[in-house]
Amino acid sequence: MKYLEIFTVESNIALNKTCFLLVLRSPVSLETVAAGQFVSIEVKGEDERILRRPISIHDVDKTNNLLYLVVQRIGKATNRLAEIKKNDEISLVFPLGNGFAIEGEKPLLIGGGVGTAPLYLLAKEFKSRGIVPDILIGARTNEQLFLTNRYSALGNLSISTEDGSVGERGLVTQNSVLKKDFDVIYSCGPTSMMRAVADLAKKRNIKCYLSLENRMACGIGACLCCVNENKEGHNVCVCTDGPVFLSDDIKL
Amino acid sequence: MEDNRLKVNIGSLELKNPVLTASGTFGYGTEYEDFLDLSALGGIVVKGTTGERREGNAYPRLAETPSGMINAVGLQNKGVEYFCKEIYPKIKDINPNVIVNVSGSSIEEYCKVASAINDLETIPAIELNISCPNVKKGGMGFGVDRQMAFEVVSEVRKIYKKHLIVKLTPNVTNIVEIAQSVEKAGANSLSLINTVLAMAVDSEKRKPLLSTITGGLSGPAIKPIALRCVWQVSHNVNIPVIGMGGIRNAADAIEFLLVGAKAVEIGTANFINPKISAEITEGLSDYLNRHGIEKITDIIGLI
Repeated sequence: MKYLEIFTVESNIALNKTCFLLVLRSPVSLETVAAGQFVSIEVKGEDERILRRPISIHDVDKTNNLLYLVVQRIGKATNRLAEIKKNDEISLVFPLGNGFAIEGEKPLLIGGGVGTAPLYLLAKEFKSRGIVPDILIGARTNEQLFLTNRYSALGNLSISTEDGSVGERGLVTQNSVLKKDFDVIYSCGPTSMMRAVADLAKKRNIKCYLSLENRMACGIGACLCCVNENKEGHNVCVCTDGPVFLSDDIKL
Repeated sequence: MEDNRLKVNIGSLELKNPVLTASGTFGYGTEYEDFLDLSALGGIVVKGTTGERREGNAYPRLAETPSGMINAVGLQNKGVEYFCKEIYPKIKDINPNVIVNVSGSSIEEYCKVASAINDLETIPAIELNISCPNVKKGGMGFGVDRQMAFEVVSEVRKIYKKHLIVKLTPNVTNIVEIAQSVEKAGANSLSLINTVLAMAVDSEKRKPLLSTITGGLSGPAIKPIALRCVWQVSHNVNIPVIGMGGIRNAADAIEFLLVGAKAVEIGTANFINPKISAEITEGLSDYLNRHGIEKITDIIGLI
């Protein structure tokens, strides 16, 4: 079941130069929300930009009906969204898409930039099952990282930055944590990064899930704009068939 | 709650209210069932259906532009056979009327699809799409040429026995000429406008935003063009006109009725508010209340 509801802003905190954390209170139960799903937010007050923005779910507090979203400022609508304040009201369509399948005993979660956001709830799921995941976060520089203390509380955190300002210098696919043994990899981030992660997983014969964030208009499988080609050569909707796909099932 | 004051007839089609959902923006209806009671709608026009399965165009297919969006989906669908076997059984009992948007690249393809849909008992009408700007062959090609539009509609008319709506493109010099030609060919009604041929560019990357370079613009940005087209056409043909283009609230819908549309289709607004089509229907009742108007048909074509 999907809902269209008006949420109330609890807080809006800047995390770094471009990302901010929205905590939103839901008027209905968030019991069905799963790691890897997303919401689409209506952005009011920006007349030029009328479409909703798809935003991955960073965390959920089901006891208090709170939803946590990490949003990156990338244009007019997200800049407008960055200005919302406590007690503002905001319309959400949720929960959308299929979440992560939780499997494996030795999982590695690889996030790039704002794509790290949905991996938090996934790490929490593993922890609640008594599994400590390895979490690898990649960024260009330390200024782009966010909430790393929250991630390190849930798993073994490794960081790669392109400029070496924190963690290991280089790309996530060069990080020394990859020498360890894993039975499943989950990744969300820039397409080039996920492609490299998928290649690596294939070489090492590790099951690999990717979470895509294609541009979309509706989020519910009606507009057919957010498609990605699957291995059979058919276009499938990232919003309803994904956003999480097995890397072997799609062409990236 | 049904409001009898909102009933309209589009020729033989009896609609409980004049609000339909536009093809390509409402899936097959079922995608929206979580959000609204489909029976609150006047009709549902489902996704464009072609003779064979089509994958559509490559990603990216969407560019957001001021007060609108440009799409280049390119008629992705699983073909008419799949529609009849797999989709129709799931939607055949939806109340209100489900209308199938029929698309193609050749007269033969349009006829093949129309003929298959003609056999489906609970589909009272087709919307013949001679105006899709996103396919290489056919599509809009038929809708921009008076003679070709006449030919394709005439051929489909021979095969299709129920209500035939023809969807027109605004991307022409004289839309009235095309409309009259389609009327002469035997259309029962017209729907307009399809999207406006458009383009978006990324100045930083120095590249087009769509894989196809050009696409179809929809949303509030095209409403003034759509109103003009509906006004011109409805006053120059003798068949009913269904208006669409950028409608996002009841006031917008009223504007289309005032310039001569007998009903309206809601498109892009469904993406922004999945309940909008039902809300617009309620808004029409409110409008009648506020203005002390007896029935919605009293305002059709006042301008």
